Amino acid sequence: MTIAADLHTFTGAYALHALDAAQSEAFERHLLQCEACAVEVEEFRTTMARLGSAEAVVVPPEMKARTLAATSTIRQLAPLTSDSDRDGGSRSKSARRWPRFALAASIAATAALGGIAIEQHQAARQATIRADQLHSEQARLSALLTAPDTRTATGRTGAGVGTIVWSQSRGEVGFLAQGLPALASGKTYQLWFNDAGTMRPAGLLPSSSGSLVLTGQIHSAVGVGLTVEPAGGSQHPSGQPVLLLPLR
Amino acid sequence: MRCRLLRGDLVNRVVHLDAPQWRGPDLQELVSKVALGEQDAFGQLYDAVAGRVLGLVRRVLRDPAQSEEVAQEVLLEVWRTASRYQPERGEVMSWVLTIAHRRAVDRVRSAQAASDREQRVASQAYAPAFDEVAEQVEGRLEREQVRRCLKTLTELQNESVTLAYYRGFSYREVADMLNVPLGTIKTRMRDGLIRLRDCLGVGS
Repeated sequence: MTIAADLHTFTGAYALHALDAAQSEAFERHLLQCEACAVEVEEFRTTMARLGSAEAVVVPPEMKARTLAATSTIRQLAPLTSDSDRDGGSRSKSARRWPRFALAASIAATAALGGIAIEQHQAARQATIRADQLHSEQARLSALLTAPDTRTATGRTGAGVGTIVWSQSRGEVGFLAQGLPALASGKTYQLWFNDAGTMRPAGLLPSSSGSLVLTGQIHSAVGVGLTVEPAGGSQHPSGQPVLLLPLR
Repeated sequence: MRCRLLRGDLVNRVVHLDAPQWRGPDLQELVSKVALGEQDAFGQLYDAVAGRVLGLVRRVLRDPAQSEEVAQEVLLEVWRTASRYQPERGEVMSWVLTIAHRRAVDRVRSAQAASDREQRVASQAYAPAFDEVAEQVEGRLEREQVRRCLKTLTELQNESVTLAYYRGFSYREVADMLNVPLGTIKTRMRDGLIRLRDCLGVGS
């Protein structure tokens, strides 16, 4: 029996952890596209938590000391920046639209998407530190970094790191680069808003490290791309993106 | 593929019991502090959830020493992944106990526990053993509600849900044990949880 048919009826078995790993993965892919299923799974989990709560016992006191002591040896994860867990369609949606921008770049794009470090907390902290070191546009970047709805996403290209910091309420995106591949003379990095496959110029970064607030507002952009262009920039991307970061 | 589960399924239902309100500290706030590495907050969160975590794990695993070990792993996973908690995807308690259940089930399925399990299957009936649960005033009402709601399930729904939930069996194993087709077990698990959900007054 395969999991393909009537996927949504697996909500119960999935919530009960009664599927094997492959079935679970298949169902999780379905969950990303089925909000009603995700809601049902969540309700089942809440239901199961009631069953679990009914099992509460008195905990041996020494377990607390042991557990708390162990936290010092465990590194905490940074949060996810992408909404992939609850809205995973978004990333694949933007990935689907990219081929119009650079069909041949699909491998590079996949690599870049795969390399997105989903480390919001850490990235935000690093971004803050980096922003503090930068002079130009510092005030605007700082305002962005401290906006109540600031979010970040980080991608790597070679040894370089690019971080976007954005606030939907301000409609602005900041880009912070550290150690991107060195540019040949007569070249510049250029940023783009990805408007569902149409690339909108968003500013130049003439060095391999530095930061800027992107020109223009987010509007309905689904991502930010970085390309290498002739000095002075281009109206349309002339090469494959070296970084693609989702604004989700 | 299309998802044919309609929103209507989720809203048209009768609520029989109200969920008891958590009266302790704001768990969501604690989790966000834990995500920032605050040990004090973790201590408070521990106090709020550890009894339920250990109780659930012990219910699934039975073995006290192994249960403590797994419960500790669960609590440390909470510490490690606090930043990934998504409030819009459910209460803190539900998040923590989902981790606890998954870890307990993983342990049941690990090779280490496989032989124990076979022995258990051979030697025990699978009726829930409520009497093994330590009595606690706070838990009594909850247990009463759960017991009452489990009784509203059909026999097959009840067996499908409880074998998976309390014993950590996969739906394939449940189907084998009950000698019922896989597809039937799958839908009974869902139907059973829907009935429990409605009886316990769980809603979004």
